[in-house]
Amino acid sequence: MTPLLKIEHLTHFFGGLRAVYDFNFEIPEGSIYGLIGPNGSGKTTIFNLITGIYDPTEGAINFQGENIKGMKSFRIVHKGIARTFQNLRIFGNLSAIDNIRIARHYTTTSSLFASILRLPSFKSEERAVKREALELLDLMHLSNRAMETAKNLPYGELRRLEIARALATKPKLILLDEPAAGMNPKEVDDLMRLISRIRDEFKVTVFLIEHHMQVIMGICEWIKVIDFGETIAEGLPDKVKNDPRVLEAYLGKRGT
Amino acid sequence: MNVRKLPRFLIAVVLFYIVVEVLYRTEILNGYLLHIINLSLIYVILATSLNLINGITGQFSLGHMGFAGVGAYVSGSLTTLILKLSVTNPASMLPFLLSIIAGGVVAAFVGFLIGFPSLRLKGDYLAIVTLGFGEIIRTIFNNIDAVGGPRGLLGIPKFSNFTVILVAAFLTVVIIRNLIESSHGRAMLSIRENELAAELVCVNTTRYKVMASTFGAFFAGIAGGLLAHLIQLAHPTQFGFIKSVEVLIMIYAGGVGSLTGSILAAFGLTFLSEGLRLGIRALADATGLPIGGEWRMVVYALLLIFIMLFRNEGLMGMRESRIIKNVEVD
Amino acid sequence: MGSIFSLQQILNGLQLGSIYALIALGYTLVYGIVRLINFAHGDFFMIGAYAAYGSFYMFNALVAGRSGTLAFLVLLAAMIGGASIAYLTNKFAYKPLRYKPKLSSLITAIGVSMFIEYFFSALPAIGPSYRSFPDILVRKEIRLGNAVISNLVIIDLAVAAILMVGLTLLVRKTTLGKAMRAVSQDKDAARLMGIDIEKVISFTFMVGGAFAGAAGLLAGMTYPRIFPYMGILPGLKAFIAAVLGGIGNIPGAMLGAYIMGIAETFASAYNSLIGEGIAFAILILVLLIRPRGLLAEKIADKI
Ligand SMILES: Nc1ncnc2c1ncn2[C@@H]1O[C@H](COP(=O)(O)OP(=O)(O)O)[C@@H](O)[C@H]1O
Ligand SMILES: [Mg+2]
Repeated sequence: MTPLLKIEHLTHFFGGLRAVYDFNFEIPEGSIYGLIGPNGSGKTTIFNLITGIYDPTEGAINFQGENIKGMKSFRIVHKGIARTFQNLRIFGNLSAIDNIRIARHYTTTSSLFASILRLPSFKSEERAVKREALELLDLMHLSNRAMETAKNLPYGELRRLEIARALATKPKLILLDEPAAGMNPKEVDDLMRLISRIRDEFKVTVFLIEHHMQVIMGICEWIKVIDFGETIAEGLPDKVKNDPRVLEAYLGKRGT
Repeated sequence: MNVRKLPRFLIAVVLFYIVVEVLYRTEILNGYLLHIINLSLIYVILATSLNLINGITGQFSLGHMGFAGVGAYVSGSLTTLILKLSVTNPASMLPFLLSIIAGGVVAAFVGFLIGFPSLRLKGDYLAIVTLGFGEIIRTIFNNIDAVGGPRGLLGIPKFSNFTVILVAAFLTVVIIRNLIESSHGRAMLSIRENELAAELVCVNTTRYKVMASTFGAFFAGIAGGLLAHLIQLAHPTQFGFIKSVEVLIMIYAGGVGSLTGSILAAFGLTFLSEGLRLGIRALADATGLPIGGEWRMVVYALLLIFIMLFRNEGLMGMRESRIIKNVEVD
Repeated sequence: MGSIFSLQQILNGLQLGSIYALIALGYTLVYGIVRLINFAHGDFFMIGAYAAYGSFYMFNALVAGRSGTLAFLVLLAAMIGGASIAYLTNKFAYKPLRYKPKLSSLITAIGVSMFIEYFFSALPAIGPSYRSFPDILVRKEIRLGNAVISNLVIIDLAVAAILMVGLTLLVRKTTLGKAMRAVSQDKDAARLMGIDIEKVISFTFMVGGAFAGAAGLLAGMTYPRIFPYMGILPGLKAFIAAVLGGIGNIPGAMLGAYIMGIAETFASAYNSLIGEGIAFAILILVLLIRPRGLLAEKIADKI
């Protein structure tokens, strides 16, 4: 079976800085894969390359057998890749439900004309969008926050709102950039359950960056470890956990 | 009957129409005050349409009156120079309205073109480019002899009246509001909130920025046309940078992102402006001191600085009055 | 007059370019340090012209006959005038907004610009109308082929050159200049190094203001009439020159200003409409083709 996402020889330079070097990865459909590495090792950059924020210096990115390298970000999302951000990028002045409704944007078909005249077709579509948005909020335990201005929500809820927003684009692959950052242990537990549920219920493949070993070891089926942009280990969680190079990268001489 | 579902804004506008008409017919409201109301309504169109660009989509245009100028000159040329319409002929109303719309369409086209350079630019750079475009447009009027050059286009028939202007203002607000409350408008809002995130929830940011610019320019063009047919003149200085800043002050005073705020500020500041004009003249006459009309703009400038320093969110912030909003579909 | 590209036109272009350069440097310095387009900068130029005008009549009697001394005093007054208004503007309008969204400062800057212009034209002592600028130095002209070179051309070019060299030395060699560069590169690091950021910003505004003031004097002498709105267009054009050269970049501002001065002079000689519009056309072209300007280095936003 062809993998859902296939990355080959991905390399990226920022001026003289080599952020990612010869990164290769295949993610089969329906899996939960993890990417770890010390701060500044190039993880977020890999997500940025996959989602078209930067053009890779070299390499190929195939999604469902199609080359998506060089496409505009919104087209890549259209193909079925959604993401969250390490530093939240919420639509802060809008309500939680509007954050989600916006992400349903490309699947709505009402024309400008129908929207401005508020024709019946427009209204029924709006109803559907609203219902789905509420369902997603409910899934993320945010239903009581629907009308709240997003920037007033606590941090953990914003993280979940961002995941809900990503799901609203109906992705096949979701990229989560440190989804547990800033969460308390109980929230982390919930999050792990949520991620598994997302995969099972929405048939979404998950690719996540995380620092919480608990999350990585608990839900990831395969882990890739990078340092200075290069792969230093990969394999099953248990194997990676005890890999001396990984231990060195994390605890090693560099004294983060 | 469900009170919640009544078209509140339509009712409010009809009431406003009746009140103004009754007061005017009973001569409680004189022609001068009616003129100020007309001007306020034209500023409602200008402010809400600029709000679509600056407030809703989060871009920054400093050349809004340039679009109004396009509308004024195009419609003014059509009615005055080409069709030579006369106010006394009732059959002239339709061609007049079509001329106004033609002005809006040409302005929209210019807005569409200007939308493109703005794609790559943000904030201050965008401000300068739009300012530059506004100035180029003004320079062009200034140099076309057929439309009067620096003297301006004179003798435009006075077709604009309270009814026409109120209907235009009403439609503008309704169209912009309905746009905001649709998937298209939410896409625009998301650009203001966080452009990258918008792109990554599949919003074609390019398309919506250009769309906001096009719509904004269309309505500004309509407003310009109405203005020219109200004051019977289209003059290059009416559409310069300072005039654009006056509209900008309105949207910041009212609250960027709030149509309610723009409407209130358009009325408030147009009346304030006239009040200052009269007050300053009265003061100068009474005291015999050389107090010039420039003080009006000094007050305006201080108001803008004051809002920025002490009340950034303006009157309404991003809130919207319930009268303006549509009933949520459910 | 002959060809558009005559020696005379080149000289006129360089003269105009010198004035633009002095204004453009202020834009670039301030932008480099606080990332703000100081819309009021053109008005600092106007204040400089009025300070020169006023001081001329003050000192004229005092140093009667010694026109060199007089010119120097007037230049000093213009620079002090520009620096003072720049200091006040920064202190009262921009400083309170330093850590607010950038757009707030930009809009405030527009407000400040309007305020200065209208306040001056509202003041009975100044008024909105034109005043003719006195001849501070006796005009002398020499002919060179078809071209007429007046002593003003030489003065404009020389004053601009001296000030620009002075600025370069200031930025490169003095402690304050090094602090300016540090702040423009990384505010946080500069603060950690113990630099008083606000002081450096204030100083930068004053240098920019002083240069604009000097430009105001030169403009008054060269195109001998002044009025409260005289700063708007030269301000915009100098800003465009700074963008053309790469805003934040000192040599870039000078280069851009001379290109702008020459382009405008040639274009005006060809057709007045094109002359009026060329600056904006240049702006739009630069932003479309090379938005960071001729001499700027690339900076990427970090995500
Ligand atoms: N836009 C950018 N410009 C320049 N350097 C960048 C940019 N984005 C990231 N970097 C650099 O690339 C390296 C990898 O960063 P990143 O991918 O964010 O690391 P991680 O997510 O693993 O912490 C770092 O050294 C970082 O400073
Ligand atoms: Mg990261």
